[in-house]
Amino acid sequence: MPAKASRAAFGEALLELGARDERIVTLDADLSKSTMTVNFAKKFPGRAFNLGIAESNMVGVAAGLALTGKIPFACSFACFVVGRFETIRISVAYTNANVKIVGTHSGIAIGEDGYSQMGLEDIACIRALPNIGIIQPADELETRQVIAHAVEHQGPLYLRLTRQNLEPVCPPDYRFQLGRWLVLRRGHDVTLIGTGGTVFNCLEAAKLLEKDGITADVINAACIKPLDDETLVRSVGRTGHVVTVEDHSIAGGLGGAVAETLADVLPMPLKRLGVQGFGESGDAKGLYAKHGLDPAGIAASVKKFLNR
Amino acid sequence: MAEVRLEAIARECRVQILRMLAHAGSGHPGGSLSVIDILTTIYFGRLRHDPKRPDWPERDRVVLSKGHAVPALYSVLAKAGYFPEKQLITLRKLGSPLQGHPDRTMLPGIEAATGSLGQGLSISLGLALGLKLSGSAARVYCVLGDGEIQEGQVWEAAMSAPKLGQPGHPLDNLVVILDYNKIQLDNFVTKILDLEPVLTKWQSFGWPVVEIDGHDVPQIAKALDQAEATRGVPTFVVAHTVKGKGVSFMENDPEWHGKAPKPAEAIAGIREILGVTEGGWEDYLKTDSATRAIVDELVTLGKK
Ligand SMILES: Cc1ncc(C[n+]2csc(CCOP(=O)(O)OP(=O)(O)O)c2C)c(N)n1
Ligand SMILES: [Mg+2]
Repeated sequence: MPAKASRAAFGEALLELGARDERIVTLDADLSKSTMTVNFAKKFPGRAFNLGIAESNMVGVAAGLALTGKIPFACSFACFVVGRFETIRISVAYTNANVKIVGTHSGIAIGEDGYSQMGLEDIACIRALPNIGIIQPADELETRQVIAHAVEHQGPLYLRLTRQNLEPVCPPDYRFQLGRWLVLRRGHDVTLIGTGGTVFNCLEAAKLLEKDGITADVINAACIKPLDDETLVRSVGRTGHVVTVEDHSIAGGLGGAVAETLADVLPMPLKRLGVQGFGESGDAKGLYAKHGLDPAGIAASVKKFLNR
Repeated sequence: MAEVRLEAIARECRVQILRMLAHAGSGHPGGSLSVIDILTTIYFGRLRHDPKRPDWPERDRVVLSKGHAVPALYSVLAKAGYFPEKQLITLRKLGSPLQGHPDRTMLPGIEAATGSLGQGLSISLGLALGLKLSGSAARVYCVLGDGEIQEGQVWEAAMSAPKLGQPGHPLDNLVVILDYNKIQLDNFVTKILDLEPVLTKWQSFGWPVVEIDGHDVPQIAKALDQAEATRGVPTFVVAHTVKGKGVSFMENDPEWHGKAPKPAEAIAGIREILGVTEGGWEDYLKTDSATRAIVDELVTLGKK
């Protein structure tokens, strides 16, 4: 499979699923060309609603639709939709409305548009809410399965998608399961956990580390909530060191979730890699290098962490 | 006479907008070109400010709430002397203070971080109220997009503004200009969520509303004066504009909301803005060394 953005895979999956399931509806806030629901809207115009630049209303309408048995996908950039936190908090999470919130353009990887368009605190916000799961697929194959799962899953979900293309990382026979992580590579010295676009970079970093005699477990943590504590503990119990890598604020994301879980069940040396401070404009490659999220940066942090 | 000067500045700013967007390779030409006559008239016709002292407490404030049109603002700030024009081509590059959307902490002259639509009017209310409470005579100019005013927060602010600060500190130091270019991101505004009747909506919330052609400098200037003369309430200006104004292939086309021109397209656009025919272009460039330099730079960029 060639590299593909998870938002593009989402748009395609929705088109197929929508043909089979009439309950599926999409809601957008003037970003349907970017969230990739635009083809769904062309094929099923009666089931696609562009509510204008009004994300709070979109989230609320989605909740109402869910209460009548529809399966609404409420879509915008991650920052704008999760920015309507209080509406999500009450109308979706507390109401336990079966809304699938889709946040695209996550992370500094969007590059030139700069901080105001980057979803960087969305995981932290949604993690604090009961009832609602968080899934961030790592490639096209996984995205298709996650979307299919979201349709079947009863209850609200937050799906975090990328603008940029994602290299394939999951094996062809992979089957997504909620709350299950996928170990992509086995090693002895460190557990490297990525999510979404950083999974591929973790795999590349593991190759670099191997040249220096360091071997790593590499895990694809698509489910950030609930996370897979079994796989986490099993891997970290063996390697003794864990490094999390995410294109999200260093606070409250995957690294925060892993830190909280390990603190409860298996305190272990942990290094969190993520975005420090606000994001900014720039080319994605330069931004990843600056924040140490590219393979070389990850490998360097791992070596320093392991004192090697 | 003054108007001729403003129109000339607006033309130069349009050239800079195309130049910097081509160099950035991404960004928003349509809404930058629709708002530029408004911004030029504010900055070079009415604004009390001092580019040498961007933190002067008595300065008038400008909040570009539709922050994606910031190339227009950068072109104006550079022309006013906040930073050198050569810095414009660092737009959106790593480390540049010219962020893809306005960043108050990185660039002197920017009053508020915008780019997440719908927030600028509320900040403007706060600025206007704070200035009044401090006894300042400074004014606040807020520019909204038409798609942007679909945001609920805009209407919270709209409802509040004519009441806030009354009776001692009414926000008559605030003027809000709507860049009514009839296009948002996905499509034409009427196809997504029609605003009409927009005039009476704002009037019914208690605002005096002035309706103008947002590309007609005398009309813009007159509306700003009318707002300044108004006592007791803020003023709302509906400025009818054309998205992509000045570049025929961008005008009135939703495709050019968020797509940067390629170098060759930027050059074609610059020629149109300057009103030169294709046949006369080479001869013209011999007479205009500043434009010649910009065009040469774009030609080099195109070869990369
Ligand atoms: C809260 C929020 N939602 C969505 C966007 C994405 N977005 C950027 S520009 C734009 C369209 C703006 O349309 P309009 O206000 O009419 O601006 P203009 O036509 O002047 O460019 C959208 C939806 C955003 N920046 N902020
Ligand atoms: Mg518009």
